[in-house]
Amino acid sequence: MFRLRLVPEKTNIKFMKGRFAGLAVSAFLSIASIVLFFYPGLNYGIDFKGGILMEVRLPQAADFGALRGQIGGLNLGEVALQEFGSSRDVLIRLERQGESDEAQNLAAQKVRSELTSAYPGAEVRRVEVVGGKVSAELFQSGLLAVVLALAGIAIYIWFRFEWMFAFAALVTLLLDITKMVGFFAVTQLPFGLTAVAAVLTIIGYSINDKVVVYDRMRENLRKYKTMPLRELIDLSINETLSRTIFTSMTTFLAMIPLAFMGGEAVEVFAIGMLFGIVVGTSSSIFIAAPLVLLTGEKWLRQKKAAEAAAKAAPQRP
Amino acid sequence: MLYFAPWKTALVLLVTLAGLITAAPNLLSKQQLSTLPSWMQLPQINLGLDLRGGSHLLLEVDTSAVLRERLEGIVEGTREELRKDRIGYTNLGIAGGNVVSLRLRDPAQAGRARELLIKQGQPLQGGAFSLGAAATDLQVEISPEGVVRMTLSEQAVRERARSAVAQSMEIVRRRIDQTGVNEPTIQVQGSDRILVQLPGVDDPERIKRLLGTTAKLTFRMVDTNADPNMPAPPGAEILEGDKPRVANAPVERYVVKRKVEVAGDNLVDAQAGYDQRSGQPIVSFRFDTVGGKRFAEITQQSVGLPFAIVLDNKVLSAPVIREPILGGSGQISGNFSVTEANDLAVLLRAGALPAPLKVIEERVVGPDLGADAIRAGIIAIIIGFVLVNIFMIAAYGLFGVFAVIAVTLNLALILGILSTMQATLSLPGIAGILLTIGMAVDANVLINERIREEARLGKSVIASLDAGFSRAFSTILDSNLTTLIAMAILFAVGSGPVRGFAVAISVGIVTSMFTAITVVRLMMVLWLKSTKPKSLAV
Repeated sequence: MFRLRLVPEKTNIKFMKGRFAGLAVSAFLSIASIVLFFYPGLNYGIDFKGGILMEVRLPQAADFGALRGQIGGLNLGEVALQEFGSSRDVLIRLERQGESDEAQNLAAQKVRSELTSAYPGAEVRRVEVVGGKVSAELFQSGLLAVVLALAGIAIYIWFRFEWMFAFAALVTLLLDITKMVGFFAVTQLPFGLTAVAAVLTIIGYSINDKVVVYDRMRENLRKYKTMPLRELIDLSINETLSRTIFTSMTTFLAMIPLAFMGGEAVEVFAIGMLFGIVVGTSSSIFIAAPLVLLTGEKWLRQKKAAEAAAKAAPQRP
Repeated sequence: MLYFAPWKTALVLLVTLAGLITAAPNLLSKQQLSTLPSWMQLPQINLGLDLRGGSHLLLEVDTSAVLRERLEGIVEGTREELRKDRIGYTNLGIAGGNVVSLRLRDPAQAGRARELLIKQGQPLQGGAFSLGAAATDLQVEISPEGVVRMTLSEQAVRERARSAVAQSMEIVRRRIDQTGVNEPTIQVQGSDRILVQLPGVDDPERIKRLLGTTAKLTFRMVDTNADPNMPAPPGAEILEGDKPRVANAPVERYVVKRKVEVAGDNLVDAQAGYDQRSGQPIVSFRFDTVGGKRFAEITQQSVGLPFAIVLDNKVLSAPVIREPILGGSGQISGNFSVTEANDLAVLLRAGALPAPLKVIEERVVGPDLGADAIRAGIIAIIIGFVLVNIFMIAAYGLFGVFAVIAVTLNLALILGILSTMQATLSLPGIAGILLTIGMAVDANVLINERIREEARLGKSVIASLDAGFSRAFSTILDSNLTTLIAMAILFAVGSGPVRGFAVAISVGIVTSMFTAITVVRLMMVLWLKSTKPKSLAV
């Protein structure tokens, strides 16, 4: 009977041989991401920067030169125009209009009436106006969400496993997050609430993946009491490899349609997710596991040996 | 493994049935649903504004204005009381924060002044534990030099702000109801915000204008002895007209007494109409008994004098009283357009806001874009669903089919639960459902991979299945709990759409524990019993 196999039935890849290479590549990418975060920096969406965003469908294909002239003529500061979807659909972004919310409302109204008078039949399909105060709050709550999620997850892992697992998971997640941020900086995709949602989802997804490998390590630690930790980790990764690849494939597949037909906000989310799935899956093997090996080499084995000596009876998971 | 208690089987079937029934209404359109008998009309999922189109406005109540108004009230009251008793003072005014201060000319009058000033306080609400003299919100301190400080208590300030927000919400609701918007959602958010969601409204300008007007209407006398181009005498202020009487002329200025003769609170009705002689749009109004009596009194006392109709510190009109108005009704003939007259009538009927409102966030989605988003969302779910299912069947054969049935059921359960909860489904929610499809099969992948492993070790069919489920369970539980932690935080900290995403995933994770483990296990047991396979081809 035909069975799709992404990896051979039994693999014996020495992943831990590449532990330093994996950590070095990851560290390099994360440092590069941090640099990118400062220069050129993120393209903050209006959620976090405040300002005005309008999605307009014109009766004919958009002439960007003319549009720029018309909207620029209103003297509302920096205007960004972007074709979106079809050639008739235009995204218009205006920077935040000073500190007052009235000025923002007025500016949005001006653009709307300018467009509908210049292009009879133009359809304003979406308007978002976010004031300075709200955007600052949204940013704070986004940051808070990421920090709290990390803390909550680390505590749970610590509670369920040994401390070095929690430590390795936390460090790995930080590396994952920095790469996500770097990805948004490179692609210049708007970084707003949806991007934060993508980052948080990837935190959940990535930790999910680590837990599966950790679970197997824990099981094998009990099963093979004398196996060196390095071999044991390789064994655990190999045993779960088929599942790891498989699940990331199904999740990846589920996200693909969204990346291409979801509309602006969802598209940003889905593209971020696609990148994050790759990062989150690879970091389970190349970051989280080596970190457990480095921090736990002596400690885990000694403790296990002592436990085994103390309790003659074998434990069941 | 083989034994599945009958009650468990029954429960699984029952939950499955409930899921399918509660999800079913979403397959019908609203019209189709309304033709069914009422007992069959189960709730459908609420679509978010991004899917159905509409306006989302976040308003901020300027609670500092409420405090300022109260302080100004204390200043006016103090002025009147002290003057009545001929107590001399200087420097009466608001001294920043929540303090009104003044200086008595003669510190010996401190005792009498205190008695008068303490009356400016208002009883504290919820002061159930105060004994003796009722506690008030105002504390009066007089120094030996005669410097008086009247401090509003923090608690009173907070209480006042809170009730201003609650009252504002009520007024906002009344004003929006007057405009005929269907199913608006109006709710307080945080300490001083009001969230207004208006389905189907894709140009909220009129509503923003209505909500942006405080609509504090007062009737006050005009001080005819003062010059509007000079500083106003005490007890009066200079106000501008609403708009110039003649086009392009400067707006007129009026000296208006601060004392309010009758206020908008005493109105019972207001209607837009036309003046019978000039044909101009006007707003006619009617006072309640108290207001009518008061209006009759002042119009009797002041025939021949002008009074001002003031809306939000702008003079709408300042007619001269020709004869006493005893009927308790009147009309305002500002320089209105028809829309303005209509809006003013709406505002007067709904009542004044206790504090100004500001729109600090606005998100509007047109109905077409919403329809496009629904279509894109449904297509994305179908494609994602089909891709994942092909993959599962290709990899696991019959066990893949079991997983597919489980995922389908999971989808129905998510929709059923979201419908029953009356949760709002928005675009991020759809993304969440899609992600759940991808992640829910993870449980089946874990189980199936484990069964394969155990079978490879040479275990019997039943033993491999048993071990597969029990070993995979702790992994599934751990991985799902960590995801739930992340989602709970997203829900707690996030706002509207982000919350919808977290709810969709959380519901999906919980239901997937049921479908991917229990339901799949039941299917495997039934399969084992009916075919009695010798070996596993998974």
